[in-house]
Amino acid sequence: MIKTEFDYTEEISWCPGCGDYKILESLKMALSELGLDPKEVVVASGIGQAAKMPHYLKCNCVNGLHGRALPLATGIKASNRSLTVIAVGGDGDMYGEGGNHFIHAIRRNPDITNIVCNNMVYGLTKGQGSPTTEIGMKTPTQPFGVTSKPLNPLLLALSSGATFVARASAADTERTKNIIVKAIKHKGYALIDIFQPCVTFNKINTWQWLMKSTKWLDEERDASDKFEAMRLSMESSPYPLGIIYRTEPGRTFEENQAPYETNDDTPLYARAPSLESVRKLLA
Amino acid sequence: MDMTRAPGSDVAISFCAAAGLGLQTAEDLTRQMLSKAGYYVFSTREYMSRVRGGNNSTQIRVSTQPVRAYVERIDWLFALSPELHSNITENITEETKILADASVMEKEISSLGRKMIDLDLAKRAADLGSPKFSSMIIAGFIAGIFMLKEDSADDLIEKRFSDSDLSEKNKKAFRVGLKLGEEYVEGKPVLKIPDKPGDDEIFLDGNSAVALGSASAGCNYITAYPMSPGTGVFSYFARNAKLFSSVVEQVEDEISAINMVVGAAYAGARAMTTTSGGGFVLMCEGLSLAGITETPVVVHLAQRPGPATGLATRTEQADLELALYAGHGEFPKALYAPVNVESAFKMAGQAFYTAHKYQVQSIILTDQYLLDSGYDIKKPDPSAIPAPISPIKTESGYERYAFPAKGKYVSPFGVPGFGKGFVSFDSHEHTEDAHITEDRSLRKGMVEKRLKKLEAMAEEALPPIVLGPKKYDTAVICWGSVFEPLKEAMEIIGWKKAALVACEQVYPLSDEFCKIISSPCKKIFVEGNATGQFARIVRSLTGEKADELVLKYNGFQFTVEELVRELDKLLEKKS
Repeated sequence: MIKTEFDYTEEISWCPGCGDYKILESLKMALSELGLDPKEVVVASGIGQAAKMPHYLKCNCVNGLHGRALPLATGIKASNRSLTVIAVGGDGDMYGEGGNHFIHAIRRNPDITNIVCNNMVYGLTKGQGSPTTEIGMKTPTQPFGVTSKPLNPLLLALSSGATFVARASAADTERTKNIIVKAIKHKGYALIDIFQPCVTFNKINTWQWLMKSTKWLDEERDASDKFEAMRLSMESSPYPLGIIYRTEPGRTFEENQAPYETNDDTPLYARAPSLESVRKLLA
Repeated sequence: MDMTRAPGSDVAISFCAAAGLGLQTAEDLTRQMLSKAGYYVFSTREYMSRVRGGNNSTQIRVSTQPVRAYVERIDWLFALSPELHSNITENITEETKILADASVMEKEISSLGRKMIDLDLAKRAADLGSPKFSSMIIAGFIAGIFMLKEDSADDLIEKRFSDSDLSEKNKKAFRVGLKLGEEYVEGKPVLKIPDKPGDDEIFLDGNSAVALGSASAGCNYITAYPMSPGTGVFSYFARNAKLFSSVVEQVEDEISAINMVVGAAYAGARAMTTTSGGGFVLMCEGLSLAGITETPVVVHLAQRPGPATGLATRTEQADLELALYAGHGEFPKALYAPVNVESAFKMAGQAFYTAHKYQVQSIILTDQYLLDSGYDIKKPDPSAIPAPISPIKTESGYERYAFPAKGKYVSPFGVPGFGKGFVSFDSHEHTEDAHITEDRSLRKGMVEKRLKKLEAMAEEALPPIVLGPKKYDTAVICWGSVFEPLKEAMEIIGWKKAALVACEQVYPLSDEFCKIISSPCKKIFVEGNATGQFARIVRSLTGEKADELVLKYNGFQFTVEELVRELDKLLEKKS
C-alpha cells in the first residue's frame, strides 16, 4: 500500500479480505494525488461497514446516522464552500435507508462526491438483502430468496439529473482512484458506485464474480451522451465499469444560495448577523 | 360577571368567507388603517384545511387600550359566504350587526333568528367594474363606522395596487363603502381614538416575530418540509434570504431537514429547521444525533392538533411532552414557549443563544394561534438578542469532545477548516477525538459530560412572568400562547388573590418557578391540550401536583370569555 498523508493508524474492524480496504486505499490515493490539505477535507458517512471509512482516514471524520450522509454532507458543504466534502456509505445506507435523500441530493446538485460501496448485501446487520441484492439470493431474513428487483443506482442517478455517474471496482484500485480524482474535480454532485465483494455474507458477488462479470470502458472515451449512458447502465453481463456519464455540472446547490450569490466564499461561521436587515424589515 | 372590558372601549369585528374570495385585502386594510388612525388592533385567523371554499374567519379587535387576545364576542360580522361555522353562529347575539349580501346570506341569517343589513355588495361591486371590489367596499364601510377620513387608506391602497388605474378604482370602491358606513353610524364613530404613542410601533404576527428573532441571532441556514403551521417562518426566511444572507432549502422530508441543519451547524452555520408535530416526530432521530454530537441546533415546533394529521390548520399545545422526550437516549435540551409576539422574537433569540452556548438543541414551541395572530408592538431591538458565539480556531491535536476544563460545561467548539486541528463528529459513543468507542468508563464519562450541562442551563433558565397581586393564595399557571387571553381574563375577574404565572421557558425549569410551585398556594394549570402536559411535567420534576386543570382541545384557542367563566368559578370556589 502506498503511504499518503491521509493514512490513519487506527485499528480497522472490517473482515480480512473485505473490498472496503481497497476502496479506502483508492480514496486515500485520490485525495493525496489532488494535493488536498487533510484539514480541508470532510468525509461524511452514515452507518454500515463502509460507513466506518471516515474513521480510517486522517481528515475531518463525520459519522452520522444510517442513511443520512447526504443531507449531512450537503449541509456541511453549503456552510463552508472551501471544504472538500465526500459522502461515503454502502448500498443499504445510500440506496435503502437513504434512498429518498439520494434522489433529492442529485436534483439539488451540491458540490460533493458520493461514494457508494456496493456489495449487494447488508454487512453490519449480518447478511440481509439490500436494495441491490439479486433476486433469488437466500439470506437470514429472506430464507427462500430475495423477491424484490434490484435497484439500478446508475439509471436512477441519470434520470434524476446527475452530471457525473461512474461505476468502479474494488478489484482495481488504480482505475478506481482515477475516477475518484475526476469525481472530486467535478464541480457538482458526482456518484461513484463501487462494486465490492462482501467476503462474509455475499457468496454470489465474490472477487471471482467481480473479475468475470465486469469490463472496463475506455478511460478516454467521450462520456457525454446521456442515452448511451442509460444504455450502458442497463447492461449487466458484463457490467461496464468506468465513467458512464459526464457533462457540465451546471449550477450547484451552493451557488444557488443567497450567501454565495456575489461569489463571496466566506464560510457561514464567519458571518455576522445582519441586524441592519432586521431593522429594515421592522421599519 | 361582566365578560369583557368596559363597553365603548373595544370593538370585535369578524370576517367570514370561503377561501379564495379575496377577503384578505379587507382584513389587511382594516387592520392597517385603524392602527394608523391610532387605535390598538389585534388580529387572528382560523381557517379550514382547503385551498378554496369552506368558511374561514378572521377576527380583528379594535380597542382604545392595548389588545392582544381572542374573544368570542362578535360586534360586527361581515359574512360573504354561506354555511357559517358554529364558532361564529354560536356567538352571534342580538347586539351583533351582521353585514352581508342579502342574495347570499339572508336565508341563513333569518334561519338563525337574526336580522342582517344588506350591503348589496355584488351589485355595488359590479357597478364599479368587478366583483373583486367587494373587499374594498367592506374596508371602506369599516372606515366609515370609525369616521375615518375618506383618504385615510389611500396610501395603503396605492402600496397594494401598483397599477394606478386599479388603485384609483379601489379608492373609489373604498369611498363607496365609507359613505355607507358613515350613514350607518349617523356620523358617530363606534370608538373614540385613544392616545396611542404610535411612532415606535409595528404590526407583527407570530410568524414574523420568530423569523426576525432568529435572523437577529444570526440564523443563516434554515430548512423545512412544508407543513402547517410551521411553514410561515420558513416562507418569511425564503422571502428575505438575500437580506439575511441565509441558506434556505425546502428539503425532501423532515429527516433531511434535521440532518442537513446538523451538518450545517457542525460546519459552523447557525442553523434551524421549522415544522409541526408530524414532521417533528420524523426529526427525532436527527435530534438525538445532534444530542450525542453536541451540535447546536434550533427546531421550531409549530403545534397543531394531533394525533397524526389531526386538525391540520388548527391550534393546540399537545406536543410539549413529545418535545421534552424527543430523541432516543438521554441528552439535555432547552424548551422555549413564547407567550406572545414580543416573546416570540425574544425566545427565538434565546433558543439560538442556549443552543450555541451549551452545544445543545433548543426547541421553540409555538402554535397556529400564536403564529397567525398579530398586533402592534414596540419595535423589537435586534441588538438585544445575544450575539452569536464564534467557533474557536483549533490547534493541532484539537479534540472535539475533550472533557471540559474544571468549572466549564462544554468542550471548545471548533469547525472544520478553521485552525490546525481536525474537527470530527460521531453518532456513536465516542472518544474525545470523536472516534467510535465501547470503553465503559469513557461511555460513562461522556454521558455525564453531556448531562452535566443541564445544571448550568437550569441556573440560567428564564424565570416565569408573574402578574397580579404581590401576595396571592392561588397561582394560575400557563405556558405559551394561552398567556394573553388568560391575562385579559384575570384583569376582568379582578385577580381575586390569584397570580398569573406564565412560562416562556418550559425546560429546564427556573429556580424562581420551582419556588412558586413548592409554595403552599393553590395551583391551577391552564393548557391547550386534553391531559395537562405541563402540569404532569412539573409534577415529575418537582413533585408538586396541580389542584385544578383548565383544558381546551377543540382546535381553537381559549377565548377571553371562557377563561373568565372558568376561572371565576374556580377562584370563587376557594374563597
